[in-house]
Amino acid sequence: MALKIVKGSIDRMFDKNLQDLVRGIRNHKEDEAKYISTCIDEIKQELKQDNIAVKANAVCKLTYLQMLGYDVSWAAFNIVEVMSSSKFTYKRIGYLAASQCFHEGTDVIMLTTNQIRKDLSSPNQYDTGVALTGLSCFVTADLARDLANDIMTLMSHTKPYIRKKAVLIMYKVFLKYPESLRPAFPRLKEKLEDPDPGVQSAAVNVICELARRNPKNYLSLAPLFFKLMTSSTNNWVLIKIIKLFGALTPLEPRLGKKLIEPLTNLIHSTSAMSLLYECVNTVIAVLISLSSGMPNHSASIQLCVQKLRILIEDSDQNLKYLGLLAMSKILKTHPKSVQSHKDLILQCLDDKDESIRLRALDLLYGMVSKKNLMEIVKKLMLHVDKAEGTTYRDELLTKIIDICSQSNYQYITNFEWYISILVELTRLEGTRHGHLIASQMLDVSIRVKAIRGFAVAQMATLLDNAHLLTGNTQRNGICEVLYAAAWICGEFSEHLDDPMQTLEAMLRPKVATLPGHIQAVYVQNAAKLFATVLHGQEGTAQETSQLLIDRLPLFVQSANLEVQERASCILQLVKYVQKLQQKEVEVGEEVTALFAGELNPVAPKAQKKVPIPEGLDLDAWINEPSSESESEDEKPRAVFTEEEPRHSRARHTEVDEKELARRREVRKQEQANNPFYIKASPSSQKVYQEAPGVEHIPVVQIDLSVPLKVPGMPMSDQYLKLEEERRQKDRADKRKKKEKRKKRDKRGRGGRRADSGPESEEDITPAHMVDIVTEEMPENALPSDDDDKDPNDPHKALDIDLDKPLADSEKLPVRTHRPPDVLKSPGEEVEVAPPDPKKKSKKEKEKKKDKERKKSKDEKKKKKHRHEREEEPGDALPEEAVQLAESNEVVAPPATTPAEASDLDFWLSSAPVPSNAQEAPKAEPAAIPEPTRSPAPDASPEAPASEPEDPKETETKSSKHKKKKQKKEKEKKEKEEKKKKKHHHHHHQRDGGGDESVQNGTVEEEEEEEPLPPMSNYCLLAENSYVKMMMEDADEVCDIQGNLQDGSQVVVSVIFENKSDSFLKSMEFNVLDSLNSKLQRPEGAGPHDGLPVPFQLPPGVSNEARFVFSVQSIVMPQKLKGTLTFIVKSEDSSTHEKLDFKLHFTCSSYLITTPCYSDAYAKLLESGDLKGSSVRLEGISMPFHHLLARICFHHHFSVVERIDSCASMYSRSIQGHHVCLLIKTADQTVSIDAKCDEPSLLGNVLDEIKQTFSQC
Amino acid sequence: MIKAILIFNNHGKPRLSKFYEHYSEDTEQQIIRETFHLVSKRDENVCNFLEGGMLIGGSDNKLIYRHYATLYFVFCVDSSESELGILDLIQVFVETLDKCFENVCELDLIFHVDKVHNILAEMVMGGMVLETNMNEIITQVDAQNKMEKSEAGIAGAPARAVSAVKNMNLPEIPRNINIGDISIKVPNLPSFK
Repeated sequence: MALKIVKGSIDRMFDKNLQDLVRGIRNHKEDEAKYISTCIDEIKQELKQDNIAVKANAVCKLTYLQMLGYDVSWAAFNIVEVMSSSKFTYKRIGYLAASQCFHEGTDVIMLTTNQIRKDLSSPNQYDTGVALTGLSCFVTADLARDLANDIMTLMSHTKPYIRKKAVLIMYKVFLKYPESLRPAFPRLKEKLEDPDPGVQSAAVNVICELARRNPKNYLSLAPLFFKLMTSSTNNWVLIKIIKLFGALTPLEPRLGKKLIEPLTNLIHSTSAMSLLYECVNTVIAVLISLSSGMPNHSASIQLCVQKLRILIEDSDQNLKYLGLLAMSKILKTHPKSVQSHKDLILQCLDDKDESIRLRALDLLYGMVSKKNLMEIVKKLMLHVDKAEGTTYRDELLTKIIDICSQSNYQYITNFEWYISILVELTRLEGTRHGHLIASQMLDVSIRVKAIRGFAVAQMATLLDNAHLLTGNTQRNGICEVLYAAAWICGEFSEHLDDPMQTLEAMLRPKVATLPGHIQAVYVQNAAKLFATVLHGQEGTAQETSQLLIDRLPLFVQSANLEVQERASCILQLVKYVQKLQQKEVEVGEEVTALFAGELNPVAPKAQKKVPIPEGLDLDAWINEPSSESESEDEKPRAVFTEEEPRHSRARHTEVDEKELARRREVRKQEQANNPFYIKASPSSQKVYQEAPGVEHIPVVQIDLSVPLKVPGMPMSDQYLKLEEERRQKDRADKRKKKEKRKKRDKRGRGGRRADSGPESEEDITPAHMVDIVTEEMPENALPSDDDDKDPNDPHKALDIDLDKPLADSEKLPVRTHRPPDVLKSPGEEVEVAPPDPKKKSKKEKEKKKDKERKKSKDEKKKKKHRHEREEEPGDALPEEAVQLAESNEVVAPPATTPAEASDLDFWLSSAPVPSNAQEAPKAEPAAIPEPTRSPAPDASPEAPASEPEDPKETETKSSKHKKKKQKKEKEKKEKEEKKKKKHHHHHHQRDGGGDESVQNGTVEEEEEEEPLPPMSNYCLLAENSYVKMMMEDADEVCDIQGNLQDGSQVVVSVIFENKSDSFLKSMEFNVLDSLNSKLQRPEGAGPHDGLPVPFQLPPGVSNEARFVFSVQSIVMPQKLKGTLTFIVKSEDSSTHEKLDFKLHFTCSSYLITTPCYSDAYAKLLESGDLKGSSVRLEGISMPFHHLLARICFHHHFSVVERIDSCASMYSRSIQGHHVCLLIKTADQTVSIDAKCDEPSLLGNVLDEIKQTFSQC
Repeated sequence: MIKAILIFNNHGKPRLSKFYEHYSEDTEQQIIRETFHLVSKRDENVCNFLEGGMLIGGSDNKLIYRHYATLYFVFCVDSSESELGILDLIQVFVETLDKCFENVCELDLIFHVDKVHNILAEMVMGGMVLETNMNEIITQVDAQNKMEKSEAGIAGAPARAVSAVKNMNLPEIPRNINIGDISIKVPNLPSFK
């Protein structure tokens, strides 16, 4: 055997290895390709051999060739072979090759699943490591699904080397298989506090990457990250966390406030520039999120700006660059702080480094003001002249235009100057941005009416000198400008001094060399000019007609259809006009009428926003599909008239008057909104646009010496001087006439925002009183920003709520046929609850479960794979296991979000010590400090066997406790109440864990933190007439809750509190069953036996127990009588005591807060399955959001949508009834329209809502 | 996320390419060429960041590079990475190479691209930074190399001998090509940590 191996390797040593290959390629400089192709042939031979060493060597060489750009996918199978070698050496080669060339589309990947699984569980950590590394590069959706569970196990590997790799690769798994995020997240979160810094850093890395895309889902981790930030010394981790906070702060301004201080400290203390820079960046993000009106943060801004200035002044170009980059972020919100560093930024414009110049340019954008715009642009124009390399020059050009046109030309005081700048820019050679300049010219001349005269003059000059622009190169982008010039001259030809001359310029033979679309504009506008000439100077009319008739034939022959068509049309028109002229008929008026009316700018989105007219259904048949069409099919038809005959015939027969009228209306609407449709009479909306327009603005003529028009010479500079003089004059004037200024201020409408610049800017009056015409939008267009996000973004699928508890369907697929042991143990505990009703309704349940699944699918908007996956594990699990898991869910509260959310609230609102929030109140023995969601339940000691508990529950419990702590006030109030009553004691909390606190939270946010009044759902469960005698108080707080999984179960959790000095033991809880509701008792127990409470209560201690009830019908409220018996044990004696109570199951307690998306909600309402009912509440004076919060809190609804004083809400009963509310408020009246598929349930819920509000 | 890591020399010859997103071989080559064009025309003392003109990703991405002797080390990253952090990472990478190859030069990268990949795999995994501590990286790389050696055992001996013979010719190579023998000098930059 050994001999064979040695022999094999002797054979092998004459094979080329990687080094030989490289050497060979280097020695064959001349015919590299040929050499490589012979090598590939050799490799193919080697791959055919059985010896794995030979194969590995071949694959190794292929990896190198792949880098050189050779496709090696043909060897994919061989790569898999090498990967599965038992030797690490070869395995590594295989995985490397795979990571370089495998991808989603590689079909052999599916062969690797088992091999990778084997490697992942290899005892050798480097096998595992190599597999993880490889997998990170080529993981596919299938691999991710199949291996997610294995990788998750590795996250708790003993070796940190494996742990950190496993943690890191989870990100890739999440991307490919979003369903794994929720099950894996708790463990990932644990890893944030891993003892190994590498693992910790990896976890931070992954969570930061996740949070960057969907920050809102990770807000609840803020306290943890805050703790890490204040404790970690690893700069990598710190940078990541600080960057993450930068993404979170926009969502939670309070977080920002909390961050400022530690960040400022870091800025002062750190020596690492990278950290300093990221701190500054995040502080900026915080300041942006806090935005205006925070005077005490000006210090922070100053600090940032000051630090950035140091960076920018640094000789290290990298720091300079980053400084500028960060500065541009400050600029958006605090332009003034940046403007003071204008000198520095202008200096950077001269930097030899292009990246830095571009950054500085970005900054300039925000630094301009009315005052310095001209100056800055002048400087940029100098740069334009100097710049070598067209890319940078083009960049400058676009920046100049951006700067000037920003926020509706806010900073331009003199549009003549701007037009001249644009004209100057046309002299740039070889720029790609001709169209940009053109569109600016058009925009300015259309929207600034006062400038038209000047613009037209300039454009006429441009047209006259068109040869300068077109130059010799035909593909010059700048000729686009002529498009604008021709259009402006034509459209506003009334401003032309000498239309005849311009007309002549537009019809020069050279024009025929321009691109087609420009020629078309030329021809069309020549006609407009012709009309002007006819109208104005009848004397030259004859000549003009002749000129057109002479020149137009050139265009008629154009190859461009558009040009041809327009030209021949106009030629005929002119010929006709000439004929009339010869008859001495006055035609000027008529020809002008052809081009009457004004074209207004149309907003870019206008077309999209045209509302669909009522009753227009584009999918409906216009005509009934006629049967005769079949026979028609047989007739041969001309190609071009194919559609015509059928349609027209049908139309004639079927269209009635009404239809016609409707269509006319539609057409009118269309025309009104079509920018190219020249309206014969001003449409209604145009009147609206123009009524307060320029005509009504008193235009002050400002004495301005007409600037010299020297074609081809720069003249924008002159404006600078003029502007200076004008401003001085202005200032002098102002002192004299204050009243006049008032007038001017009044005029300041029309899109010009007078208040935006620095104060001193208000003094600068524009040279022209301009009316910037706003863009037209169709009537009743809905304001909406439909920012279309990329639907293909893989991160979209990861927008998953991580705070919700895991449903049992959410498990990573495991390949075993039995549920893992960890899941069993909690299930067995559950057994206490008698399973009889479950068995009866097994089938029913199955159905329900399916429903549930579908539902949750909708909720989470999960992707396609979900379904498949769900089926798999579901089928694999034995029936029993399903049941176990189900009953496991029995007590699962609907959400743990409240825990997290209230945690966060608490953390954000409390003292800056972050760790506080993490510690659960010590008073509660049952509370587990850290909510864990790991599948292995460490059941709390007080709640063993009898409680159908799982970890999720303890979480809620602790959440409840936390909430308690948070709402101390509330508690106090309650205690007072109790004392007053002197009796006591069973308090009854009927809330859904804490969903409401989420709801409260959201409502709260909407109302900008206006605090909600403390709400309590506590009510007395029972009164005890033996208080005095008994000496101890048992305080019951009860929480009735529907069970999501099972439509017939309700969980009641009761908190028992011992207020006495004695020991309470042997508590027994018993309820008199009714026909409809029964307490679930353990098997073998009689129907009247009590349930032992699974704990004893020392003095002053409270604990919680849960009892499961089965309920048949949920449409009616229920009352159950019950008794609690217990033994009071004091030092010397023990007595038997009894406490009666009444459990009240309201219909609201059968509702479960279920989020609903508005589209699903709309669908639900449309479906017509729901029956309506309504109720009016009078005299409600509380704010609307309080009202909503109350309904959410007490009745387990969630807000679907809220618009002003109107809100839609949704909830679902445990048996799947949908309940929808539409709440409107006016004055003190609240009207609630409700719909539900079960009318009596609805009626009862409404009654309960009514009651809630009648109490307050 | 790091989108790609490229190493090429002053002439644009790729020495290592690692893409963390899939591209076809042609696109990869095009990206390398384009990146080389962008990077190579920049002066020595300008900043190490470059935006735009990328085939990879969108405007979110940046090129962060360092130039050592004959080699360019280019990282293409998105906005979640700290620019200065990545610069330091490149430094760590090069220092690690220097340690592992004992005075690394371009030739090492040319002939042992697989080893460079293995070292890189200990630093960056699937586009995310795995380890930044040089000692830790070297420990892991060494341990794996040791394992490889022990696996080779007797069977590897003849191959090693042949390889030694072959490598006797190695010194000739620098004469054939007039680049490559210049050692990459690792300047002592202020350490990141």
